Amino acid sequence: MKLIVMGACCAVVAMTSAAAPTYAQDGTQARSLAATCFTCHGNEGRSVGGVPPSLAGRGRNELLQVLKEFQSGKRPATIMHQHAKGYTDRQLELIAAYFAGVKPMPASGAPAARGGS
Amino acid sequence: MRWNRREFVKWAAASAGVAAVSGCSGTSGRAAGRVVVIGGGYGGATAARYVKEWSPDIDVTVVERSSEFVSCPLSNLVLGGNARIGDLTLGYGRLNARGVRIVRDEAVAVDAGRREVRLATGHTLAYDRLIVSPGVDFIYDGIPGLRSAEAQSRVLHAWKAGPQTVALRKQLEAMRDGGVFVFHIPTAPFRCPPGPYERVCQVADYFRRSKPKSKIIVLDSNADLVSKKGLFLAAWNGLYKGMIDYRPNSELTDVDVKGMTVKLTFDDVKGDVLNVVPPQRAGDIARSAGLVKDGERWCVIDWLTCESAAVKGIHVLGDATLSASAMPKSASMANQHAKVCAAAVIALIKGQPVNPEPMMMNTCYSFVDGKSVMHVASVHAYDPAQKTILPVKGAGGLSKAASELEGTYAWGWARNIWSEALG
Repeated sequence: MKLIVMGACCAVVAMTSAAAPTYAQDGTQARSLAATCFTCHGNEGRSVGGVPPSLAGRGRNELLQVLKEFQSGKRPATIMHQHAKGYTDRQLELIAAYFAGVKPMPASGAPAARGGS
Repeated sequence: MRWNRREFVKWAAASAGVAAVSGCSGTSGRAAGRVVVIGGGYGGATAARYVKEWSPDIDVTVVERSSEFVSCPLSNLVLGGNARIGDLTLGYGRLNARGVRIVRDEAVAVDAGRREVRLATGHTLAYDRLIVSPGVDFIYDGIPGLRSAEAQSRVLHAWKAGPQTVALRKQLEAMRDGGVFVFHIPTAPFRCPPGPYERVCQVADYFRRSKPKSKIIVLDSNADLVSKKGLFLAAWNGLYKGMIDYRPNSELTDVDVKGMTVKLTFDDVKGDVLNVVPPQRAGDIARSAGLVKDGERWCVIDWLTCESAAVKGIHVLGDATLSASAMPKSASMANQHAKVCAAAVIALIKGQPVNPEPMMMNTCYSFVDGKSVMHVASVHAYDPAQKTILPVKGAGGLSKAASELEGTYAWGWARNIWSEALG
């Protein structure tokens, strides 16, 4: 009986492996790329306080155009031209599509700093 | 069907994980695996949040010895009187509310064979994957006068934010106008490359406002400023002209605490307040866990997964890692390590492919005074041929000049990176 159960488990594992998409196809690559932006723009592109701006829910084409303009130097920036140049066109497309697909809602925020001296 | 050995091992490991979870923490037997994170700083707290967020079926436990998170970035502002330590202090409650278990304790040993972490209280935590994010600890070997705890309480480093930051601020407040602040910078690499030079700006800003006759002597072990040189020199030669005496190649040989003197190879420098930042290495737990090779200071990792090159099943993040080319020991970088690591840990636990081309980016803001800020930025991409992560050519750079606009971005960066780690 035990062996049969083990066999069944392994069948599941084997099927999962066979059906597993390559890394690029399953959306986690886009998420990982977008996550590099979260540091300044907030988790899922929802910026606490809105500075730097939120990216969540912005139009894919709008985001891509802005990123390309940063990359080319057409759009003035303090820092974004330097970051945008680090990504390929394909990567910028994935990033733009990712944020376009995130529901724009207020950032959950950080726990308030304790304050006091 | 084919019964292949690799799949069997995978299955057996996963099953063992599930069994141990239900046996240990009392959670349902359905957890896909257990991740323990040592250290709740920028690296560890962020990694914990994303393992849980991206894979809620994994049990995540953070071991942290402090009751609160105090941000090292921005802590120089406390020395300058431009922020309070409370502005940089956050709790772990919201991370806990996200389903991450927070254990207030200190990890004292790792048994990689049994996959267990032993805590100072004597408890043990079992893991399938361990993430070690201990930051840095200090090397006092070459500074005999600072080996005692008493000496270390008088000549501070204030290179970990918290009580030392507040204590150094008090020393500066108590100093007479016309006094001398002597600040020693260790040889790179150390935590936060622009940090020392920002600290000089912050102390100068305070002196300019409150103690204008006072001076700053900077004893830098390095041959030159190691970060944002032109931008810092613009501030030192402009805003703070005549206040800062910068002395490169100042190798420290000892500190005379009673005589309030920093001893260099060819010179002794006396001050009213001494601030000595000792050389650094990966946090002690990384060393005792065997993650640092003999004679080395940092943990070598595989940049695809942040897994230790020395011990399988253990991942290392942040300042404790042997930095890849042109990669600073910064909070931004630890945050980026954390997300690459979180995704990889989930993939490894679930037997899925690991991202073959991780990207990371860095942003470090430095405050020249209370409001004006400048940055250094870089983007890093994994190079499969060289099996490491390398700066992307043509990307990254510096501010043209410090500005108040970047001051607003610096605080925005802080709110968002804190929210990622602790929100």
